[in-house]
Amino acid sequence: MSESDDLIGELGRIGLRYGDAPPEVLPTRPDVIIVRAGSVVVKAHAPGAAGEPLALRMRAARHPALRGILLEPVTEEVMEVHGRLVTVWPTGVPVDHDAPQAAPWEAGARLLARMHAVPPDALPPLPASGGPPRVEQVVARLRGDSAAERVVRRAFDCLPGLGGEPGQTLAPGQAPASGDGRRLLAHGDWHMGQMVRHRGEWILIDADDMGVGDPAWDLARPAAWFAAGLLEPEAWHRFLGAYRAEGGCAVPPDGDPWERLEVPAQALTVQLAAAAVATAARQERELDEVETMLIDTCHRIVKFRSACHSVATQ
Amino acid sequence: MQCPKCRGNMRTYERNGVHIDQCDGCRGIFLDYGELETLTRMESQWSQQHAAPPPPPPPPAHGAPGWGAPAPHYGGHYGHHRQRSWVGMLFST
Repeated sequence: MSESDDLIGELGRIGLRYGDAPPEVLPTRPDVIIVRAGSVVVKAHAPGAAGEPLALRMRAARHPALRGILLEPVTEEVMEVHGRLVTVWPTGVPVDHDAPQAAPWEAGARLLARMHAVPPDALPPLPASGGPPRVEQVVARLRGDSAAERVVRRAFDCLPGLGGEPGQTLAPGQAPASGDGRRLLAHGDWHMGQMVRHRGEWILIDADDMGVGDPAWDLARPAAWFAAGLLEPEAWHRFLGAYRAEGGCAVPPDGDPWERLEVPAQALTVQLAAAAVATAARQERELDEVETMLIDTCHRIVKFRSACHSVATQ
Repeated sequence: MQCPKCRGNMRTYERNGVHIDQCDGCRGIFLDYGELETLTRMESQWSQQHAAPPPPPPPPAHGAPGWGAPAPHYGGHYGHHRQRSWVGMLFST
């Protein structure tokens, strides 16, 4: 048996302890393993995940202030199995990948707005929310010198507070404050895969990047997709409108949302473009149409931020 | 004033600032210089107020960022590959 078979076998045994059906492996991202045993799923987190921040996030995820917003784990315990951190969650029904046009944009927006309204002081202490460090990691992994990689790096170098000079200077592991300087609760890695239907209601899942920081980063992916021309304006405006109607504090209640969204959305565009270049290189193929649209958006970011000094000299 | 067509007597009316001369005999109407334009303008104002709904307000100037895609094309006409690639991104970290 391979190491991964051993791990999956052990996840299945944990599943049987908490669950009520024979274990089965569910499809997910390559660095994570999820085994379902009926009403529970057992998750082996990505290799190298840090134990202490995850333990803090599991404690917070159990807190009553997050009921109905973030899925509550079956147990607060973080197990270690074959060198991987393992947690146990209730089973939920994910958004249908085959019907993206029916994606619940409003429900996601309302859940994020409600999460952002939970005062961090009401919860056990939390680390910084995910977001900015991942952009840097993904860009740093680019090794080649193709035209696409060059424009991704140039766009990254333009980003205030990230590659560029101006903006907030962040200590390692520190998350940026929101536009008005507050550090608020944020999911840290929101996309359409981060919601399930549980007991008839949509609810956020995955506390791995939850923490304190700028909640505008939770809107950054859809904002980046919209700006790249991938997400229909109608869906984007439904999402933004529902977020505002629920009192979401990451953007002003009316007027221009892009004052707050611009830097996070540009950063996510750079991250998605860098990840796309890496994936295409790994699969030894050209960039596809969607990936090319992200690179084109990086071009426009560089042009838009043409005042950025570090660009002109490189 | 005499009607230029039938030589009948013409009467002057004033309606909303427009002088209209009408012949008592043939009922023909004579307009002074510029009055046809005035009538046309008034007619179009009236029909805007009464017939056509007001134009929708322009979209807010902050609808899209300055670095966004120009005139993007959306809709269900994407190729299979593009749709798969986009959906993959929609659901992944």
